[in-house]
Amino acid sequence: MRKIKELIIEKTLMTSALITIAVTLGIILVLSIEAIQFFSEVSIFDFLTDTQWTPLFTEKHFGILPLLSGTLLTSFIAISVALPIGLTISIYLSEYAPKAFRKAVKPLLELLASIPTVVYGFFALVVVTPFLQGFFPDLAGFNSLSAGIVMGIMIIPYISSISEDALHAVPASLREASYGMGATKLQTAFKVIVPAASSGIIVSIILAISRAIGETMIVAIAAGQQPRLTLDPTVPVETITAYIVQVSLGDVQHGSLEYRTIFAAGITLFTFTFLLNTLSYRIRKKYQEKYE
Amino acid sequence: MEITMENPKKKDVVLDSIVDTSLKKTPKIETKNIKVWYEEFNAIKGISMSIKPNTVTAFIGPSGCGKSTFLRLFNRMNDYVDGFSLEGKIKINGQNIYKKNVNVEELRKEVGMVFQKPNPFPKSIFDNVAYGLKIQGIKDKQLINDRVISSLKQVGLWEEVKDDLKKSGLALSGGQQQRLCIARTLAVEPSIILMDEPTSALDPISTAKIEELIFQLKQKYTIVIVTHNMQQASRISDYTAFFYLGELIEFNKTKNIFTNPEKKQTENYITGRFG
Amino acid sequence: MNNIQKNRWKDQAFKFWGIFCTMIGLVLLTIFIGDILIDGIRRIDWDFITDLPSRKAENSGIYTALMGSIWILALTTIIAFPVGVAAGIYLEEYAKNNKLAGLLEINISNLAGVPSIIYGLLGLEVFVRIMNLGASVLAGSLTLSLLILPIVIVSTREAIKAVPQSIKDASFALGASKWQTIWHQILPASGGGILTGVILALSRAVGETAPLIVVGALAYVPFAPQSPMDEFSVMPIQIFNWISRPQAGFIENAAAAIIILLGITFIMNGIAVYFRNKWQKKWK
Repeated sequence: MRKIKELIIEKTLMTSALITIAVTLGIILVLSIEAIQFFSEVSIFDFLTDTQWTPLFTEKHFGILPLLSGTLLTSFIAISVALPIGLTISIYLSEYAPKAFRKAVKPLLELLASIPTVVYGFFALVVVTPFLQGFFPDLAGFNSLSAGIVMGIMIIPYISSISEDALHAVPASLREASYGMGATKLQTAFKVIVPAASSGIIVSIILAISRAIGETMIVAIAAGQQPRLTLDPTVPVETITAYIVQVSLGDVQHGSLEYRTIFAAGITLFTFTFLLNTLSYRIRKKYQEKYE
Repeated sequence: MEITMENPKKKDVVLDSIVDTSLKKTPKIETKNIKVWYEEFNAIKGISMSIKPNTVTAFIGPSGCGKSTFLRLFNRMNDYVDGFSLEGKIKINGQNIYKKNVNVEELRKEVGMVFQKPNPFPKSIFDNVAYGLKIQGIKDKQLINDRVISSLKQVGLWEEVKDDLKKSGLALSGGQQQRLCIARTLAVEPSIILMDEPTSALDPISTAKIEELIFQLKQKYTIVIVTHNMQQASRISDYTAFFYLGELIEFNKTKNIFTNPEKKQTENYITGRFG
Repeated sequence: MNNIQKNRWKDQAFKFWGIFCTMIGLVLLTIFIGDILIDGIRRIDWDFITDLPSRKAENSGIYTALMGSIWILALTTIIAFPVGVAAGIYLEEYAKNNKLAGLLEINISNLAGVPSIIYGLLGLEVFVRIMNLGASVLAGSLTLSLLILPIVIVSTREAIKAVPQSIKDASFALGASKWQTIWHQILPASGGGILTGVILALSRAVGETAPLIVVGALAYVPFAPQSPMDEFSVMPIQIFNWISRPQAGFIENAAAAIIILLGITFIMNGIAVYFRNKWQKKWK
C-alpha cells in the first residue's frame, strides 16, 4: 500500500516537471505551425532580404531586416551602457568594496532588475528623451538612443550580479598569491581574477544580450513603431518585440496573414534567444566543472 | 635563562640574550610587543622576537595559536582581513613596515610568500613564474626568460618542465605545483620567504623534495616557515618558536627546543601530549 | 620604483571609477523614483484608486486595472505554486543524474531565458484560441504561470539543496519513506526559501505587460473582473495605455499608477528578502 502511494506521488511530481517540456514543445510547435503557414504565402528569401516591413499597409513588404536592425541597434546601445558599468561594478564589489558595503549594495542594484519594464519605458520617454534633446536638438521624440540607454541601465544588474558571483567564486588563494608577489588589487583583478572567472563573466554578458533582444515594453514605448533599416540612433525604429505588441493592440483577424506575421517575427526572436541561452548554458556547465 | 611571558619587560631582556649569543648580524625581522585584534578577538598578545638573516625559523604550535597570523604580518597579508588591527612595531631590514607611507607592493617584492595549498594561477608554467616580473612592468623579454629559467632551476623543476612551459600550471602534480609556486616567488628576488605550512597538502616524497629545497635556499634567503609537523621543524629549521594562545611561549635554537625545552608547555606540545 | 608608483596610482583611479559606477546605478534609481514621485504623488487619492477608467484624465482611476492585477496574481499563484514546487521536488529528490533530469535541466534553463512576449504568443494560440478561453483572466494567469514556472522551480531546488543531508539521513534511518521525509522534514525546512522564490516570481508576474497584451488583455475595461472567465486589464497595461496618450493629464496618471505598481513590487521584494534572511539564519 505504502509503495503504491509513493509511486503515485512520484508520478505526480514527474508530471509537473514534464509540463516544462510541454511548454518548450508548445512554444516550438505554435511558432513553427503559424510560421510555416506564413512562409507558404511569403517566400523565406523575401523575408530575409527585403529591406521593408510593411505588413499593415496596402503595399505589403515582409522583410524582417528592418525589425532585426531595430532590435540589434537598441540591444547594442544597451550593452554598450551596461557592459562597462556592470563589469566595473562587479570588479569593484568583489575586489575592493568592504564586505558590508557589498552586502548592502548588491540587493539595491538587483532592485533595478525588478522594476517593471513599463516603468522604464515611461522613464525613457518622459525623462531621458527630453533630457537628451537638450544636447541633441535633432533627436526624435521616439528614438533608439533613449530606449537603449534605459534598457542598458535595466540590465546592469544582470551583468554586475552574475559576474560578481563568478569573481567571488575564484579561490581566495589565487588572490593571496598575487598580492603576496606585490601585485596591486587592479593588477590582481585583471591579470588573475577576471581571466579565471572569464566563463562566468561571458555567461553574464550573453544573458544580458539575450535579455536586451527580448525586451519589449521599453522599446515599444520609447523607440517608436516605424520599422526602418538604419543604424541612426536618433530616429524612430521598431523592434521585433515592439511589432508584436503593435499588432496585438490592433484588431487583426485570427488566421490572416497579418496575424501570422507576429509568429514569423516571434520565431526569429526565439531562434536568437534560444541560441544565446544554449550557448550560455554550455559555458556555465563547463565552468561549474572547473571549480567543483 | 628564565623566560616569563607575562612580563613584557623581562621578555625583552631574554630575547636580547638570544640576540647576543646568536645574532651576530643585524636582525632581518624584528618585532616589538606585537598585538593583533580581529574585531574584539585578541589573536596575538604581545610578541617580540628577532630573526636573523640566512636562517630557517620554524613557527610551531596548535591550531589557532596565532602562528599563521603572526607570519602574515611580515608581508602585511592581514591587511585584507576585516576588522584587523595591530599594535606594536615590525621592522624588516631596519624599516618599520607598518609606517603610514610604506609601499605594500614594494614590501611584498622583498618578502615573498608560499601558501598552504599550492595555488598556481590558471596560466601557463612560464606565465606563472613571469607574473611577478610582468606586474612590475618589466618588459625585457631576455631578462624575464632568464629569470624564469633560473627560478625553475633553483627549485629543481626545470628538467621536469622545460619542454612544457606553455602547459597550464594546474596540469602539474601537487608537489610540482608547490615548487612552481616557490619558483614564482623566487623570480621576484625577495630576501625573505614566508612559508605557511607549505607541505601540509603534499605527499611524503614531494614533502622531502621541498624540505631539501628549503635547506638549499637558506644560503640566499631568510626563511620563516609555519608547520604543524614537529619532525619537519626539527629537520629543517635553525630556530624554532612555539606559540600558544596568541603568545610566544618559547623561542630558541631548534636543537634546544627539541632536546631541552625550558617551558613545560613546550615540552608537552613537542612530546605530543596536547595540540 | 616608478612603475610601482604608477601601478598604485592606477589602482586608486580604478577604485574611484568603481565607486562612481556603483553609485551611478543607485543615483539613477533614486532619480527614477524621485522623478516619478514628483510627477505622480499629488494625483494619488482614494478616488484615483476607486475610479473606473475614463476618457478624461482627471476622472480616471485604476480600480479595474488594480482588481485585474489582483485577480491575475491570485490565479497565477494557485496555478504556478503547486506545479513549480512539485517539479522542483521531483528534480531535486527523485530525478537525480538520469537522462530525463539532464534534459529537464537544460530545458528549464532555456525556458528561463525565453522572452516574455514569446509566452504571450504561446498563450494566445493555446489558451485563448485552442482551449477557447478568450482574452480572460484565466488565459492571462495560465500564460504568466508558464512564464514564472522556471523561476519557481529553480528557487525550490536551491532551497531544497540547502537542507543538510544529515536531516534526510536521520529521517530515513527512522524508517520514514521518501515522501514522508520530503513532507515532514525537507519541505518544512526549506519552506522559507521556497516562499522567497515564489514571491519574487510573483513580483515579476505583477509587472509583466507584453505577454498579457499579446494574449489580448484590454487597455479599457469598464468593470472589474467577477470571474476567471471575464475580460481584464492590469496595472502595467493601464500605465502603458496612459503613457501612449498625448495629453499631459494622462502622463500624471501614469506616474501615479507607477507609484502604486512600484509600491506593490517593492513590498513583495521586501517580503521576499525578509523571508530569505530569516531562513538563511536558521542554517547558520
